[in-house]
Amino acid sequence: MKNSKPSMLSVVDSTRRAIFVSCIALTVGLTSCNPPKANNPSAGDGTSPSPNAGSPTTPGTVSTSPSGSGPNVGLNGAGASFPAPLYETWFAEYYKKNPNIKINYQSVGSGAGVKQFIEGTVDFGASDVAMKDEEIAKVTKGVLLLPMTAGSIVLAYNLPGVEGLKLSREAYADIFLGKIKKWNDPKIAAANPTAKLPDKDITVIHRSDGSGTTGVFTKHLSAINEEWKKGPGEGKDVKWPTGNGAKGNDGVTYLIKQTEGSIGYIEYGYAKNQGITMASLENKAGKYVEASTESSSKALAAVKLPENFRAFIADPEGEDSYPIVTYTWLLVYKKYDDPTKAKAMKDVIKWGLTDGQQFGDKLGYVPLPKEVVDQVSKAVDVISP
Amino acid sequence: MTSLSKDSQPAVQPRSSLDKNLDRGFIWLTLLFALAVAGVLIWMTVVVGIGAIPAMLKYGVGFIFSSNWDAVNDEYGALPQLYGTLVSSIIALIFAVPIGLGVALFLSEDYLPTRIQVVIVFLVELLAAIPSVVYGLWGIAVLVPIMKAIGGQIYNLFGWIPIFGTPPSATGLGMLPAGLVLAVMVLPTIAAISRDALISLPPDLRQAAVGLGATRWEAIIKILVPAAFSGIVGAIMLALGRALGETMAVTLLIGNSNNISASILAPGSTISSLLALKFAEADGLQVSALMYSALLLFAITLLVNVLAEMLVRRVQRI
Repeated sequence: MKNSKPSMLSVVDSTRRAIFVSCIALTVGLTSCNPPKANNPSAGDGTSPSPNAGSPTTPGTVSTSPSGSGPNVGLNGAGASFPAPLYETWFAEYYKKNPNIKINYQSVGSGAGVKQFIEGTVDFGASDVAMKDEEIAKVTKGVLLLPMTAGSIVLAYNLPGVEGLKLSREAYADIFLGKIKKWNDPKIAAANPTAKLPDKDITVIHRSDGSGTTGVFTKHLSAINEEWKKGPGEGKDVKWPTGNGAKGNDGVTYLIKQTEGSIGYIEYGYAKNQGITMASLENKAGKYVEASTESSSKALAAVKLPENFRAFIADPEGEDSYPIVTYTWLLVYKKYDDPTKAKAMKDVIKWGLTDGQQFGDKLGYVPLPKEVVDQVSKAVDVISP
Repeated sequence: MTSLSKDSQPAVQPRSSLDKNLDRGFIWLTLLFALAVAGVLIWMTVVVGIGAIPAMLKYGVGFIFSSNWDAVNDEYGALPQLYGTLVSSIIALIFAVPIGLGVALFLSEDYLPTRIQVVIVFLVELLAAIPSVVYGLWGIAVLVPIMKAIGGQIYNLFGWIPIFGTPPSATGLGMLPAGLVLAVMVLPTIAAISRDALISLPPDLRQAAVGLGATRWEAIIKILVPAAFSGIVGAIMLALGRALGETMAVTLLIGNSNNISASILAPGSTISSLLALKFAEADGLQVSALMYSALLLFAITLLVNVLAEMLVRRVQRI
C-alpha cells in the first residue's frame, strides 16, 4: 500500500496538471479572441501631467517657444481613424515644442468620436462626417466644426498589364452597382481605347465595417447616379449590391493586392503608400483626372465654405478637380471650463492649421487651401474659457 | 490523551477558533466568487437584452428570417449571419472532431515513448494559445491562396453537389476557408480535453477488457471511448462554443457578404463578425439590432449546451 500510494498520487497529479495546463492554454486562447477595443478615455483627468514628460526637466530640450513654460495641460480626443495618422504626428510634434501640452488621440471611428464628444467624455472629437443639427443641439457648451485637413478617395484596382485605367462616371457607378461584370465591358473600353482589357470578372471589394470613407464614397455615388441614390443610398454602412467585404482601409488594400481583377475604394494615402494602381476618374466637367494632392486641392478650392464649415463636397466643380474629396473635421466646444485647456486647444489648432499642414502631404492628405486656413483660424478665436 | 498518542499516532489537536474562522471565511469567499461569475453572466444578458428591446419591438421574430441589413433605411435582419454562424461551425466540427479524437486516442495510448508524447501533448495545447488574429492572418496568407488555386477545380469536379454549387469568389474568401481555420483553432480543445478524459479513466477498465480477450482496438472502441464519452462530448461542445463565437479569424476569412448560399465556396457572414465590423460606427436602431443579434448568439450557445447535456445524460443511461 505504502509503495503504491506515491505512484497513484503522481498519476492524479499529472492528470490534474494536464487539465490545468490545457485550461490555461484555453483561457489564453479564448481571451485573445477579443480584439482590444479602445475604452473611453477617463473624463476629467485632463490636467494630469504626462507620464513620460522627462524632457521638460532636462535643460537641453526645453523648447524656446513662448507657450513652452505654461502650466501642464492634457487634452483628450477621440474620433475618426482617417485623419488619425496626421493628428498623431501633429500632437507628437507639438509636444516636442511644448512639453507642457500633452494631447491624447484615440482613433475609435467617426461615429464613436461624435458620440463621446456629445457625452462630454473627451475634450475634442473628430469626424469625417460633419455633425447633424440635432446632434449639435445636444451639446450645451456649443460646438465648432473645424476642417483641419482633407483627403481624397481613390479607386484602386488590380489588373496586371493595364496602367492608367480611365473610368467614366457611368462606368464606376455601374461597377459598384454590379451592372458591369467584366473588365472588357464596352462602357469601360470606350474610355480606354488603347488598353488591353481582359475578359475577366470584376471583383468589387468594399468596406464591411461602418466607416467615414464609405460615407464619403457613397455620398459621391449618390450625387452622380440616380440608381445608386435609390438603391444602396448613402451612409457609413450601406447594403452593397455586389462584392466582398474587408475590414478597414488596410483590409481592402490587402485584398485588392491579393486578388487579380479586383477594384475597391480606399483613401489616397493608403494607395500611395502601398504603390497600388489607381484609376483616373471622370469629373463633373467631363475630364479624366488622376488622384493627386494638386487635383484634390483644386477640388477643395472649387467649393466655398459656409460660415459653419459644413460643406459636403459630393461632386466638385472645376476642370481639373478630382471628384471624390472630403474635409475632415475637428469637433471642439465653444466653451471650456478650464481656461488653460481653452488656450491650449486654440494654440494647437492654430499650429495645426499653419505649421502642421506640411506633414499632411507626406502622409497623403490634402493641405487646406489658404482661404480655408484663414477662415478657420478666425473661427477658432471663438473658443473661450 | 497525550500519553495515549505517544505510542500510537500523533494526536489530532482541537482546531483553534482562528482556524475555524479561516475555514468559514474561505467558504464564503469562494461562494462569492461563484456567485460573481453567475452574476456577470446574468448582468451581461440583461444589458444586451435591454439594448435589444427597441429592435425586438420593431422587427420581432421577423428579424431571424430577414436577410436585409440596410443601415441607410434602418432595416435589419440576421438570417445570413445566423446561417453563416451555424454552417462555419459545422464545417469546423466535421474536420476537427475526427482529427481531434484521433490525436487524443493516439496520445492517450502508449504508442510513443513518454518523453516524445509529452512534447506532442504540449504542442497540441500550445495550438490553443495562439491568438485568433494570427490564425486569421495565416488563413489569408496560406489557406486563401490554396483555395484560389483549387477552388475552381472543386467547382468543376463537384459543382453538381449543391454545397460546391457556386464558382469560388475571386478573392478566395468564403465559408470553407473560414470553417477550415476554425477547425484548426478548435482542434486543440477537442484533442486536449478528450485526451484528459481518456487518460483519467481507471486502468482497471482496460485491464478487464484485455483480460476478457479484447484486442487493443476493441478495448478502445468498445470500452474506453464509451466510458470517456461525456468528457469527449464536453470537449466537442466547448469547441463548438469557441467556433460559434470566434470573431477575428472568421472576419478576415469569410468574405463578409450578406448572402445565403448553399455553396460553401461562396462568401458569407457570421453574427460575431457582424458585431465586430458594425459596432464601432453604429448608432440608433442599428446598435439595438446588433444587440438583438448578440442575444441570438447567446441563445444558440445556450441551446447547444443544453443539447449536449441531454446527449450526455442519455448516453450515460444506456
